[in-house]
Amino acid sequence: MIALLTRDLRLALRAGGGFGLGLAFFLILAVLVPLGVGPEPATLAVIAPGILWVGALLACLLSLDRIFALDYEDGSLDLLATAPVPLEAVVSIKALAHWLTTGLPLVLISPVMGLLLFLPGEAYLWLILSLLLGTPALSVIGTFGAALTVGLKRGGLLLSLLVLPLYIPTLVFGAEVVARGAQGLSTATPLALLAGLTLGAVALLPFASALVLRINLR
Amino acid sequence: MASFWEYANPLKFMRTTDWLLPIVAVAAVAVTSIGLIWGFFFTPDDFRQGATVKIVFLHVPAAMMAINAWVMMLVASLVWLIRRHHVSALAAKAAAPVGLVMTLIGLITGAVWGQPMWGTWWAWDPRLTSFLILFLFYLGYIALWAAIDDPDTGADLTAVLCLVGSVFAVLSRYAAIFWNQGLHQGASLSVAPGTRMDWAYKAPLYVSMTGFGLIFLALVLAGTRTEIRARRMKALVMRERMA
Repeated sequence: MIALLTRDLRLALRAGGGFGLGLAFFLILAVLVPLGVGPEPATLAVIAPGILWVGALLACLLSLDRIFALDYEDGSLDLLATAPVPLEAVVSIKALAHWLTTGLPLVLISPVMGLLLFLPGEAYLWLILSLLLGTPALSVIGTFGAALTVGLKRGGLLLSLLVLPLYIPTLVFGAEVVARGAQGLSTATPLALLAGLTLGAVALLPFASALVLRINLR
Repeated sequence: MASFWEYANPLKFMRTTDWLLPIVAVAAVAVTSIGLIWGFFFTPDDFRQGATVKIVFLHVPAAMMAINAWVMMLVASLVWLIRRHHVSALAAKAAAPVGLVMTLIGLITGAVWGQPMWGTWWAWDPRLTSFLILFLFYLGYIALWAAIDDPDTGADLTAVLCLVGSVFAVLSRYAAIFWNQGLHQGASLSVAPGTRMDWAYKAPLYVSMTGFGLIFLALVLAGTRTEIRARRMKALVMRERMA
């Protein structure tokens, strides 16, 4: 399993792996929004929590089809499915690798993006914390979507149509944490709901992902 | 009546629906017409809302069926996953477009009603938002069916999507409530004492709801029959090619 993780990480990090595309997308979004909305710090500060969360979500979405597509094409997914490691574990490792290469970097550069969007000072801690708690759910849910569409030729657009509605609760709770943090309100409730959502998704969704993967490999 | 499980045999299903479908279809048209005509022309205007209140006879049944259609798809998907009941999978497929249209009717009549009452076509109210989200779930489900060639794989994948989607649809509903307090009134019909709606409205509303339920049933039966025929045709074409 660790071998699989390091293999996936290495594939993602080396040339052609698409690592950094999500980050670049996140950066571009943070540049485009002020250009579209106008540079007033007051306006930007209000919408910053939502924009940052939507940006993180879309950046996550960009790299989802890579989770299984390449392995499916060259047949290594069939090997993984017949390996002694249960497919549920393989799926979880894949999601973990996706999070390490997409979610974690997003968390790390999010304060810089917050700076660009004049996020209020009190909200930085909550931004990092909510993204840290929420992005694993995005990766796990996205892995389910990727497993659903792995056999399809034009799966990319369909993948976003399937996955984005599933992202809604995560987005609502995550953005709420930051918005409440920015206003100096208590963030305990949305934070607890976000954590519950992530834990539930991490615990249960790999089973669904493995199930649909088995169907697709039939 | 034969047991539900015997209708996993498409032949048996076709034979029963041969006579059942016309009856249901006629009943659906009749009951819905009665409900709507009664509701639109033979109920008093509301004290404050005037004649606009009468859109309730379209709005509430459509909204109810939009949710019930998803529940029916969920049950049908479970039946397919657990018992490999082929007709059940096809019924879930046939129900999705009907549910989508019901959701759309609910949203549009709601907008038409909201304009004079709330002064806005749309509000990011929890109920409205969850309906829009339900609409997206229907779109995704239908798109996944359309994208997969192999019928059994398609049935399996959409069934799992329906299960997972149901969990997330419920989560989204509570997330939406958490996220924004709304304009929308509470439940129109309630078993709680002190229900606000008068029987002059309630009776035609119940008739209209029954009619919408029958319409849904008729459309799903017709859709399932079409799916079965389409599959038979495919099998015939394959056989011709092999020969």
